[in-house]
Amino acid sequence: MSWILALPILTPFIGAGACLFLRNRKGVGWISVLTALASLGLAVRLLATVIDHGVIAGQVSGWPAPFGITLVADYLSAAMVLITAIIGLATALWAMAEIGPTSARLGWFTLFQTLLGGVTGAFLTGDLFNLYVWFEVLLISSFGLLAIGGSRSATDGAVKYVTLNLIATALFLCAAGLTYGATGTLNMADLHGKVAAHPDQGLMTVIAILFMLAFGMKAAVFPLFFWLPASYHTPHYAVSALFAGLLTKVGVYALIRVFTLIFTGDQGWTHEILLWCACLTMVTGVLGAAAQSDFRKILSFHIVSQIGYMVLGLALMTPLALVGAVFYLLHHIIVKANLFLVAGVSRRLTGGSDLAQIGGLYRAAPFLAVLFLIPAFSLAGFPPLSGFWAKYLLVRAALEEGAWLVAGIALMVGLLTIYSMTKIWAGAFWKPHPGGYEPVLAQLSPRARVLMLTPMAVLAAMTVLIGVMPEPFVTFATTAAQQLLEPDAYIRIVLGARP
Amino acid sequence: METILAILAGALVTAGLWLMLSGNLLRFLFGLMLLSNAVNLAIFAAGRLTEGRPPLLEPGGARPVGELANALPQALLLTAIVIGFGLFAFALALTIRAYRSFGHLEVDRMRLAEPEEPRGEA
Repeated sequence: MSWILALPILTPFIGAGACLFLRNRKGVGWISVLTALASLGLAVRLLATVIDHGVIAGQVSGWPAPFGITLVADYLSAAMVLITAIIGLATALWAMAEIGPTSARLGWFTLFQTLLGGVTGAFLTGDLFNLYVWFEVLLISSFGLLAIGGSRSATDGAVKYVTLNLIATALFLCAAGLTYGATGTLNMADLHGKVAAHPDQGLMTVIAILFMLAFGMKAAVFPLFFWLPASYHTPHYAVSALFAGLLTKVGVYALIRVFTLIFTGDQGWTHEILLWCACLTMVTGVLGAAAQSDFRKILSFHIVSQIGYMVLGLALMTPLALVGAVFYLLHHIIVKANLFLVAGVSRRLTGGSDLAQIGGLYRAAPFLAVLFLIPAFSLAGFPPLSGFWAKYLLVRAALEEGAWLVAGIALMVGLLTIYSMTKIWAGAFWKPHPGGYEPVLAQLSPRARVLMLTPMAVLAAMTVLIGVMPEPFVTFATTAAQQLLEPDAYIRIVLGARP
Repeated sequence: METILAILAGALVTAGLWLMLSGNLLRFLFGLMLLSNAVNLAIFAAGRLTEGRPPLLEPGGARPVGELANALPQALLLTAIVIGFGLFAFALALTIRAYRSFGHLEVDRMRLAEPEEPRGEA
């Protein structure tokens, strides 16, 4: 079983090595695409195995749990690995049309693959300290990707991103160290029992809050999100899309994992904090977006507001709410990455991203307009797109709990989302270009057109597909949520797994 | 010994925080360095200190005899130090680049990506 778990992590690193040696060659982008394709195949195989066998676990280099490093895949992990591979392949293709030889020589494709490897590792590990290491791997790659953009504003964004993320990292490390000091283990499955049985529950809650701060910063939860809108609009568009799709979601995933598996002892305290943070995240994010007038900045603030929905699902902690959180997580990654890719094409065609200075895209490229409208309406929660079901599940979960205020906030934020999507539509697509010239799709070379529009069309098709037939996806999310709420099978398989 | 280490870690956090609150990027980084070292010390202390008992077996022995030091926190620490070193090196390089492109390191004046007035990318 071990290789099924290890290969999705190893493949991106092998690809990264190849990209490093061939970074001066012309075909280096294709190596990255091939690696992403291989990762996708392995991720599909992993998910199929998990669906057949339930939770699977493997021990690295044969040390039995809880002493060695465990790799685990349950429904949530396997689905996250698959969605990472999908976004990886889409952006790898798209990036071929954006990343020039200068960035490639600086190692862009290498960092791209190590980032994907780090994200996959974070989803598959069953060990807290190992999770820290994967966070570092993806963090250092993201630093590089952010800095390679080269422009002065990219340096500015990178400074804020790097410094604030390093603080979060220090907090995470501290929390992991204290957990080990208090319980003597770092294996997450083992921690489930050891934390619950610890005599000093107050200490456990303190450690839990440290984790909440560290992961909350990574996930860009209110009031810890300021690094995100300061940096996400500065690098290459492919980088923005990858970050927007995956990075904050690693934080959300870590929050979900830690607060369903390990720290569930004092839910009245921890999950109540999460609940109010979630509501404030939704509101501040969407208000911040309403105040912006730049394509990518609006989208960046919307990441923050959408993170609130996912954390809301975790905070309510009912079966239905967790189904909603898992469904939201998966749908959001596709939608958000796609919107940033649309912003990239729009920039190529109109020469800017400030909504006051661009326009005329609807006339130039109606197909692009459709590709924008699908994820935009899905983000806002229009039926029959994927976002509608995600919001529906969460709002219903809130209503079942009698949390009227929370449900009201979630619905209102959905409305405000439409407002800023309309702003982008009016600014970039509907009104004529203020510069007097008309953007045309022919500005893109045929090669760039195929490379950029194909992944976007596929992602949009997936959004529609999830929206039109949500049944299998909701069933899947239900099983995932069940595994999160009743972790007995997870723990039994991890602790009893043969190397 | 634990008490001394705990106080030392607290002092390092205080000093680090003080430096991080100043508006200069380089001082911020030094503060961060102190903070991460404080965290390392905290892990070290939390992993229990056992004086004069190296985590070694007797020659030819298969099992430890009596009490001995736990090597795991130290392994974690080493990993954390190495990673922290790499991150710090990157952050310093970024600082140099920021200094070259802005001509100063005052964080409050780094508003290129987020201008005060809502307008487009600089």
